[in-house]
Parts: sequence; structure tokens; C-alpha cells
Amino acid sequence: MATPPPANATKALWEGSLEELRGLVSNRAMTGETMLLNMGPHHPSTHGVLRLLLELDGEEIVTCLPDIGYLHTGIEKNIEDKSYEKAVPLTDRMDYLSPMSNNMAFCMAVEKLVALDVPERAQIIRVICLELSRIASHMVWLGTHALDMGAMSVFLYCFREREFILRIFEMLSGQRMMGSYIRPGGLWRDVPAEFYGAVNQFLEYFQPKIDDYESILTNNPIWLDRTQGVGVIEPDVALAWGMTGAVLRGSGVNWDIRKAMPYSGYETYDFEVPLGEHGDVYDRFYVRIQELRQSVKILQQAMKKLPKKGPFRSSNRKFVPPPRSELGSSMEAVIHHFKLWTQGFDAPDEEVYVSIESPRGEMACYLHGTGGQKPRRVHFKTPSFMHISSLPVVSEGYLIADMIAIIGSVDIVLGDCDR
Amino acid sequence: MGISSKLGNLGLVTTTLETAVNWGRTGAMWPLLFGLACCAIEMMSTQASDYDMSRFGMELNRASPRQSDLIIVAGRVTRKMAPVVRQLYDQMADPKWVIAMGDCASCGGVYNNYAVVQGVDEIIPVDVYIAGCPPRPEQLIHGVLTLHEKIKTERIRNWAS
Amino acid sequence: MQIAPALDPLQSLQEKFPEAIVFIKTFREELTIVVQPNAILEIMTYLRNTPGLVYNFLSDISSVDYYPHTPSEERPERYGVSYHIYSMLYNRRLRIKVFAAEDEPVIPTIISVYPGANWLEREILDLMGIRFEGHPDQRRLLMPDDWNGHPARRDVPMGKEMVQFSFNVEDIMKHKPHASSSN
Repeated sequence: MATPPPANATKALWEGSLEELRGLVSNRAMTGETMLLNMGPHHPSTHGVLRLLLELDGEEIVTCLPDIGYLHTGIEKNIEDKSYEKAVPLTDRMDYLSPMSNNMAFCMAVEKLVALDVPERAQIIRVICLELSRIASHMVWLGTHALDMGAMSVFLYCFREREFILRIFEMLSGQRMMGSYIRPGGLWRDVPAEFYGAVNQFLEYFQPKIDDYESILTNNPIWLDRTQGVGVIEPDVALAWGMTGAVLRGSGVNWDIRKAMPYSGYETYDFEVPLGEHGDVYDRFYVRIQELRQSVKILQQAMKKLPKKGPFRSSNRKFVPPPRSELGSSMEAVIHHFKLWTQGFDAPDEEVYVSIESPRGEMACYLHGTGGQKPRRVHFKTPSFMHISSLPVVSEGYLIADMIAIIGSVDIVLGDCDR
Repeated sequence: MGISSKLGNLGLVTTTLETAVNWGRTGAMWPLLFGLACCAIEMMSTQASDYDMSRFGMELNRASPRQSDLIIVAGRVTRKMAPVVRQLYDQMADPKWVIAMGDCASCGGVYNNYAVVQGVDEIIPVDVYIAGCPPRPEQLIHGVLTLHEKIKTERIRNWAS
Repeated sequence: MQIAPALDPLQSLQEKFPEAIVFIKTFREELTIVVQPNAILEIMTYLRNTPGLVYNFLSDISSVDYYPHTPSEERPERYGVSYHIYSMLYNRRLRIKVFAAEDEPVIPTIISVYPGANWLEREILDLMGIRFEGHPDQRRLLMPDDWNGHPARRDVPMGKEMVQFSFNVEDIMKHKPHASSSN
């Protein structure tokens, strides 16, 4: 059916009364003693369309009410309409700063559900893609975080580094950002010949750049003033509110899914997990800078391990379409190709749950099959969702300018939160 | 032709009023800082180093709609965000132009469901549509230059009524 | 500090809450324990506080809609809600599942045990329509405030726009007032 125009297209945006907020903001807001300020969905520093209703006592924040849903695209329901292979491009667009991580979470869930194997060479290339994606995502985080705090040149440096990685992704999948390169069973296609040289060149180029960023920011007195002691999260508060990733490690809790429940061969790489001490904005910043160094270390080991020839995807033809070269010679290949591309493969009527360490935190995928070709339910637990839900607890008692620093340090992406 | 040929090299330039006004409008268009989703990241890449949009006059992104004359709708517009987009467009002062960047803003993109507005032209009039998911920075620059060419063909009778 | 030896969660739950457990399943090395909804708060408190179990981290709450529904031993009701909890000390995972009835799905909230469940439960209220009793904030989270219905349910249609052909182009153009080609 054709959809009607949005019913509230020209209505006033909030027709409610103060009564609706009783119980959510403190009693002092009801009498007007504290001010309610709307940091609306359109704001230069909220990293996306996030609406925060701040209750302010002067300039100090009493509480804040986050209002999300301005980017809710219904991806989870849309995937219920597609077969498993064709749903992979939809997962790209959730956390749009590191699309490979979302692909990985979904494909790992599909592989667990149907018990599909992944060859070792594909696992090594997946690790390379994930770590490059981590570096690219941290570049955007650092650029926008520093831009919000006033350091504008860091933004330009970070995006220059990111161009190298986007060029490598374009070499692999044809698209700079939403490549859908990781598929159930392995990868979409083999890496081209110029990939090895490009990654090695990037690693040599990037290693001294991390020292550059540290020299600009780490001991800068303005940066230290604005970030130390701000947004302190105690470890038990972080665990209780479901925080993961650099936010949890900045508070001192040693929990990294790559070490605790390793996937895709991460147990064979030698890397450290950086930890913070105080749980403030500065510690979370420092943990992520160290994570960049550890990513470079993992990439160097993976490039040494990577064999130049070998399978890039599982050869189980019940789930993986055959390469086009086989279609001319084998009848079974034609039948598999036809069935897999028109209908897709069947998955059992069971549920699985996998999680990976995405650059923001722990991204988990809950997948429930029907026994047929389309999933019954897919649900993504995304780290930004949990982090935004804990903003009232984290930002209590700080100033508005600290709020900007806290939002930047928690590294939220609204596409990740709203799906 | 005209005065400058009769009086020689006086440092005068003659042109039509339309050309002068259109040249002024395209010279330094300030876009509204309005990125919604993945296309916003490509818009940021275009603004940053390597593909620099300040070459075309778009040095600053203004955060307030009252100070900007171009809105680049970059990303998917959901039903909850639709009234916000309309209010921002209404707050912009004339002359104003709209670029729908990406597939989701042009036609709903990959998403054909309950939550996404199928093209931002359901809400606001669009001047230039840019295809791509997300469009490359070169495509965005091509779209901006197409808008500049479109503005250069505008006539007095269209806007001085 | 002495770390208590790890206990088997299934055995401990069967000893402590024998009548609350409905069904047990292991699939792809994941243990799922289906329990009665009215016992969920006690079970979560027990799992978090007992030395030897210490499931201190709530990772996710997901909901499933088994529509069209036929009651069975494994799936007694239409809506299923799965709680995924981790024990970081013993490095293991567990899934506790409850089922809610079709007419009035209500489940007690576990915010007092894991504060992180706040928005996870609110999202399920918004998208699936399962109410969590005792939750302090019953507003919608992702959809607009005046939206009718619960989109994630399987009997709600996707809301697709019809493909544009020449016979229905007039209908579709009525909804796009600004999309004239001569702009």
C-alpha cells in the first residue's frame, strides 16, 4: 500500500506539558527552580541526531534525559524479509563508522546457526579488515572529539589518515565505506595483488603518526584541564549499566572480548589490552590511543601470517554460491547457484548469540531462525545504546561544556544506537 | 562593449544584474551542518583534507539555519525526524537551496519500511539529487557544482516578485 | 582473596528453584534455561549474588515473536524474552528465557538487579509490546510518541511503499507534493 504522508509533518514538535516529565526530572524542575534546556536533535556536537533534555541548575547538570529514535530505520525488521546472504548489506549501515564489524557480528551468528566452517586464510583476512576498520573508526572519533574541544587541526589530520584506509577498502570491495565484504563462510572475493603492498605501506606510514597525535594532545595543558577529572565512571557503575569497550577499560576493568572469548583466530595474535585508572575522559582517550598501537601490532603479525594463495570462503556449496568459473563445467554448481541466489539456504529453528569487540564496545547479534530461508528475529545489542542510556548517571554534577567532552569520549554513533 | 570600449581601460566591468547576483550567490554558499547518517561521514570527508570543499566557497558549516543558505540532507530521514527537517527548512531565510545527498534522502534508499520517509521530497522541495550509498566525495562535489550551474541560470523574474 | 570454585548453573538452579524451571536446552554449546516469568527476579538476584556463579554482567535482552503460535512444551506462549548474562570471573555465558502470554504480555522488571536493563526493556515495550511491571519509565523509546502499534511483531506489515507504475503514479505523487520535475 502507498504510505500516507507523515501525520505530524507541520505540527508543533512538542505539544506536551511539564506534567509528562514528572518523575523523570527532579522536583525542582516542576517549580522552575532549575531550567530545562533542549540540546536538540540538530546540534553540532552531538555526533548525530541525539536529543538531550538537560535539567540545569545554573550551569551544572542535575540530570539529563536522552531522547533517541531520530535515526530508527527498522533494520531488524527489514532483515526478517530477506535471506541470510542478502541481509548482509543492511547490517553495514548500522554502525556506519566501522561497517565491517557489523558484517562480522551478523555473519558469525549465521555461521554458528548453520554450523558453517571458515577457512583459516579467510579468518586472517577478516582480522586484517576488522583491525583496519578499528583504526578508521578511532580516527573519526579522535577527529570529532578534538574538534568539539577546539583542536581543529586534529580533525584534518585524522581524516587524511582515514583516506588511506578507505582506499584499501575500495580495493577490496569496490566501495569506500559500505562494502559488505565479509559474508557468511568467509569473504566476498579474494584480495587483489596490490593489497599486500598497500597495507604494508600504510602500516609504515601510520606508525609515526600516532606519536604525532600524542605529541599534540596527550600532554597539552588545555586538553588535560578539560578532560582530567571529568565524567568519572566507577568500575561497578560501568558494569552495572552494561558498558563495554574502551569505556569499561578506561575505568580499569580488564574485559576485552578478543581476549576473553576469542573469535576468528584472535587467540593466535600477541597483543595487550590497555587499561585506564581513574575512569575519566582522559583515560578513555588514552586507552583508545594505545588501542591504535595495538591494532598496528596485530596487523603486522597478520600480514606476516597471511599466505598469498588459498581459499577465501568456505567450499560448502549448500550455503556458499560457487564461483562463476565453475558454472560452465558442473551441473551441480548451476543448481546450487540457482537455489542459493533465488531462495537462499535454510537455517534451523533455533537461537544463537555471538558477540565481537567492535571499536565502540561489545556488539552482539541474537539470531533466531525459522527452519526456512528467512530469519524469524534478529536483534543487535549495540554498545552506543547502552552508553547513551547511562548518560544521566555519568553526567550528573558536571557543567555543560563537560557534557560535550563526555559525549565525545563515550564515542556514540546514532546509527548504532537506533538501528 | 559599451562604456569600457569607449573610455578604455578604466577598471570597469559591465555585466547584467542577474549574472552579478548569481555569481555572488554561488561564490560563498554556506551549508547547514546537517548530517544524519552515513552520508554525513562522506560529507565530513569532503569537507576535510584530500577533497576540500572550501575551494568552492563552502568553508564554513553554520550550525544555525538562520545563517545558512544551503541544506544538504545527508542520510536517512525517519518519521520521527521529519518534522524537525521541515522546521529547519522553514527557519532558513530566502534564497535557500536543498541538495538531497544519497539514496535514502532521494528515494528512501535500501529501506522500504515503516520507519523511513521515502525521499525527503515528501517534505521539502529539492533542487539537486545525488545518487550513491554513500556517494563518493567527487559525486558530492559534482552535485554542488551542478547546483551552482542551476543557480547561474536563474532569472530576475523568478526571485524578485 | 580466595575465589570460590565455579558451580554448575543448571544444577544450582535446579536445587534452589525446582518448580520454576520449565525447559532446558543446549544448542551449539549454548545453554538455555526456560523459567517461569514470576520467578525471574529471584533467579537473577540469585545468579548475580551467589559465590561460584557471579553472573555480574547483563549483556542483552532480546524478544521473539512466535507468530503464528501453536503451544508446545518448548514454547508455551507467543512471546519469548531472552536474557543473556555473563560471568566475567568464570568467563562463561548463560541464557535465561521467559515466555509471555499473547493477550497481555507482562514480565517483572530486573532493573533492581541490573540497572542496564532500563533501556533494553523499554525498547521491547516500544517495539514488541511486552510490558515490564515495575519499570519507572513506560514511554516509547525509538518510535515517535504518537505512534500506534508495535512494529517488531510479526503480524504487523512492513509498511512498504508500492512500486511506481504508470497506473498508480497519480496516487504516489499525491504523497510527494514537492517532487515536481520542473523545480
